[in-house]
Amino acid sequence: MKENKLEKTIIYIVLIIGGLTMVLPFIWMLSTSLKSLNEVFSFPPTIFGDKIVWQNYLKVSDRFPFIKFFFNSLKISIIVVVAQVLTSSMAGFAFARMKFPGKDIIFALYLATLIVPFHVLLVPTFILMRELGWVDTHLSLIVPSLVSAFGTFLMRQFFLTIPESLEEAARIDGCTPFGIFFRIFLPLSKPALATLSIFTYMGIWNDFIRPLVFINTTSKMTLPLGLASMQGLYSTNWPVLMAGTVISLLPILIAFLFAQEYFVKGVTLSGLKG
Amino acid sequence: MTKKLEKIIYNNYFWVAIFLLPNFLGFLIFILLPVLASFGLSFTKWDLLGEINFVGLANYQNLISDSTFWKVLWNTIYYTLGTVPLGIIISLMLAIILNKKIKGVKIFRAVYFLPVISSTVAVAMVWQWIYNPQFGLLNYILSLFNITGPSWLTSTTWAMPAVIITSIWKGLGFNMLLFLAGLQGIPNTYYEAAEIDGAGSWAKFSKITLPLLSPTMFFVIIMSIINSFQVFDQIYIMTGGGPARSTSVLVHYLYQNAFEYFRMGQASPIAYVLFFLVFIVTLVQLRNSKKWVVY
Repeated sequence: MKENKLEKTIIYIVLIIGGLTMVLPFIWMLSTSLKSLNEVFSFPPTIFGDKIVWQNYLKVSDRFPFIKFFFNSLKISIIVVVAQVLTSSMAGFAFARMKFPGKDIIFALYLATLIVPFHVLLVPTFILMRELGWVDTHLSLIVPSLVSAFGTFLMRQFFLTIPESLEEAARIDGCTPFGIFFRIFLPLSKPALATLSIFTYMGIWNDFIRPLVFINTTSKMTLPLGLASMQGLYSTNWPVLMAGTVISLLPILIAFLFAQEYFVKGVTLSGLKG
Repeated sequence: MTKKLEKIIYNNYFWVAIFLLPNFLGFLIFILLPVLASFGLSFTKWDLLGEINFVGLANYQNLISDSTFWKVLWNTIYYTLGTVPLGIIISLMLAIILNKKIKGVKIFRAVYFLPVISSTVAVAMVWQWIYNPQFGLLNYILSLFNITGPSWLTSTTWAMPAVIITSIWKGLGFNMLLFLAGLQGIPNTYYEAAEIDGAGSWAKFSKITLPLLSPTMFFVIIMSIINSFQVFDQIYIMTGGGPARSTSVLVHYLYQNAFEYFRMGQASPIAYVLFFLVFIVTLVQLRNSKKWVVY
């Protein structure tokens, strides 16, 4: 009994130290963002300064349109997620349930590109966007991401687990593949759809290298790129930089607060297929 | 009757076209075409403005004799070796602890997951400030233990470990969650049976937990290695590849070649080296998995 209590105590100590390590950088970010420049460059550092300085936040939003960045990120993420989920599940359905010549070869092509790192595509995609005149527009961030080989693969794998007997009845009643897809397959695939949505959303929302390469105009930047571009102007003004970081993290932290279970389930599902 | 119906409805190319074609067109133009174009580009010399010249294998030869490339390749491997094993061990330990029936699991899980959902750019900026040699949080904490911290990000010795620490911190929660899901899939009866047989904690861990966790482990290892090969964001923000290229990695060098030096043709062979590395890891793991993954 006593040993059990000791073990529990050690476990809690480890967890709390670990938890502090996770949270401390966020607290440090928040506290720095509310300090004056003088206070930041004093030793030893304090968690809270003599007085709370809100001006850093005003300064950031003066020079950088963070609300615009936010809506740019939101627009791009939503369009890409909806499109990717739709194209992936529809093609996944075709691969899982339809017969047509060349199916195996086409699917093998999809599979083969799965292990090609995204960066192999970066330069050719840039050249393509340049030819299309889409550089420095949101189209360059949206259109190449409308389709995902991974998403198609994920949805196909999931659809294969749906028993055929379920659609048989609908088929006999004369239901079209369209009806079967929307009324039987999609409702049964909510977990897979949630996983794909969350992964795509996190990937696009936090994407940095693509906006960095494709976007130049400040008003068209996404949150991560806008944040990075601040670094050039306020290289050592840490209170202002941290205020910008807080603003940029706020939306996704709020989303996580409300939809934590979905995030957790999404990640968990992705691991199960491994 | 059903056979006939099946024929009409399911072998109808009209439906195949509707379901597959939008995806397949996108796949052709934005995935397959760029992959092939990248291969073609690797035999050319082009600065985006002038003419495209065919130069044969010159780009590959340049790369082999380019000492920067070898440095960058080594840095990528160094980063991977630093991030993956340590990241996996810590996240596995945390998952095992969290799997014990303790209070507040949800809170701890959420706390460890916070860095995962945060953008790498934001995380990198916060850590850049934490690593500040005079006024940063880390060196202050170290000074409480009478340790004089190095000037992390401006030291050729410490810059890479600093980036590695940040990456481990950011990725911990993700792997932990995957391990936690794997652990919860192990039936408790196995442990109870082992206890009756008098097995200790280590025996239970090595004979039950590890083998039954091997599919998850396999997935986590592959994903972690592949992700590490492709690291870019935190390097670009925290060090810009410096000091003296001590933190420059493959993708960073690729980015510089293409979008700073405008050597489009030279960027492609670097991309193919990256592809080759990922390919090898996938292949080796697939072969090995048959030996040690218990399904």
